[in-house]
Amino acid sequence: MCLGIPGEVVSLSADRPDLATVAVSGVRRVVNIGLLSEAAPRPGEWVLIHVGFALSKIDEREAAAALAFLEGIGRAYDDELDALRGSAIG
Amino acid sequence: MRFVDEYRDADAARQVAAGIAATVTPGRQYRLMEVCGGHTHTIYKHGLEDYLPETVTLVHGPGCPVCVIPMGRVDDAMHIARQPDVIMTSFGDLMRVPGSHGSFLDANAEGTDIRMVYSPLDSLRIAKANPDRQIVFMAIGFETTTPSTALTVRRAAAEGIENFSVFCNHVLVNPAIRAILDDPDQRLDGFIGPGHVSCVIGCEPYRFIAEQYGRPIVVSGFEPLDILRSIHLVLRQLAEGRCEVENQYTRVVPWHGNPRALAAIDEVMTVRPTFEWRGLGTIAGSAMRMRDEYAAFDAERRFDVPGIRVADPKACQCGEVLKGVLKPWECKVFGTACTPETPIGTCMVSAEGACAAYYNYGRFTRSRVREAAGLEMSRR
Repeated sequence: MCLGIPGEVVSLSADRPDLATVAVSGVRRVVNIGLLSEAAPRPGEWVLIHVGFALSKIDEREAAAALAFLEGIGRAYDDELDALRGSAIG
Repeated sequence: MRFVDEYRDADAARQVAAGIAATVTPGRQYRLMEVCGGHTHTIYKHGLEDYLPETVTLVHGPGCPVCVIPMGRVDDAMHIARQPDVIMTSFGDLMRVPGSHGSFLDANAEGTDIRMVYSPLDSLRIAKANPDRQIVFMAIGFETTTPSTALTVRRAAAEGIENFSVFCNHVLVNPAIRAILDDPDQRLDGFIGPGHVSCVIGCEPYRFIAEQYGRPIVVSGFEPLDILRSIHLVLRQLAEGRCEVENQYTRVVPWHGNPRALAAIDEVMTVRPTFEWRGLGTIAGSAMRMRDEYAAFDAERRFDVPGIRVADPKACQCGEVLKGVLKPWECKVFGTACTPETPIGTCMVSAEGACAAYYNYGRFTRSRVREAAGLEMSRR
């Protein structure tokens, strides 16, 4: 839960401005973007996600670095992705 | 992979290492604490101590939220989970943390309904699907996860979800740093500041470390080069007689943090007078509770919580490890009775716990190799 995971914004929710669909290591899930201080992200932009909430926008370079860190962590990241697969935020 | 090489380039690392070597004063000992468990993980995984002069020691701090949960709070949570009609939800990381009578996983196996969730928001889905049950989210974490719990509670209030509450165990990083600075057993020269916590709180709140305690702190990213550069920045401050808050992780951490996240916390929660930390004891003003306005979502008011206080297991020295007084392998049960598969202490449970990181990668590190071989040697 402490891991910040990078997600690429795929689409924004039409009826819920605080929700967006993101892709994280091939997993597509809805996350909450209501805590972002910056303007809402556009599809193709990256966000750093903590427990289902985007906390900051990041660039693609930082996303790659964050992903490399997570892949290095090994099982904890696999567990996090498994948990994410089971998530259904609405 | 594209991009990442710039943070992992061995030549660049050697350059920073040379800069560090040129910055330290010969004969002076330096003890720097990395507060965040994520940093601890990178340090062990990449053997970063091997890039540092012998006189620079990295001390691992208390910044692993799973590690600092005292056994009594796990027991309290278990007590709530065993009430009739309760479903407890928890992050996966916490499932294996031992209470006095086993972990959440053990309790689950015995029929207590404790479900793993990825996000606190998943608890709301479970609450809506189970209107005749009480859903209690076991909330843990530093300021990184606190805003998520706060927004979830706000959402529950907005949607009128009445069968949801939070057992709030959110902790604050700075009171823990202050407690460590006040500890006479500890002598630290500077800090590597946490990255993701700082996304939320920014860099300003660390000012007391520089101004009241005269220690430099540099907020750092998680890549090996980030950490080496941050160590260099701390050492440079010490060499120049400066004590400041610096931000190495500007690509993610804004100086003033995330105001929306801070506002969400402030709306829903307030600081507790005291909170017990594993190993560190009771620290004033170090954790959050639900505000009175959100009392309906506070599991501590909805349920009869015994407030169990349990001493840490005698054999386990997580407290000393969390304060940086002991290195993981100096703990009596490290790697023998206490392993990631059968943890006794919390530091062995989480991937970000110093003991687990050390168990997985520690055999490569400078000090371990030296101790095992009984001679001076280095991996490089």
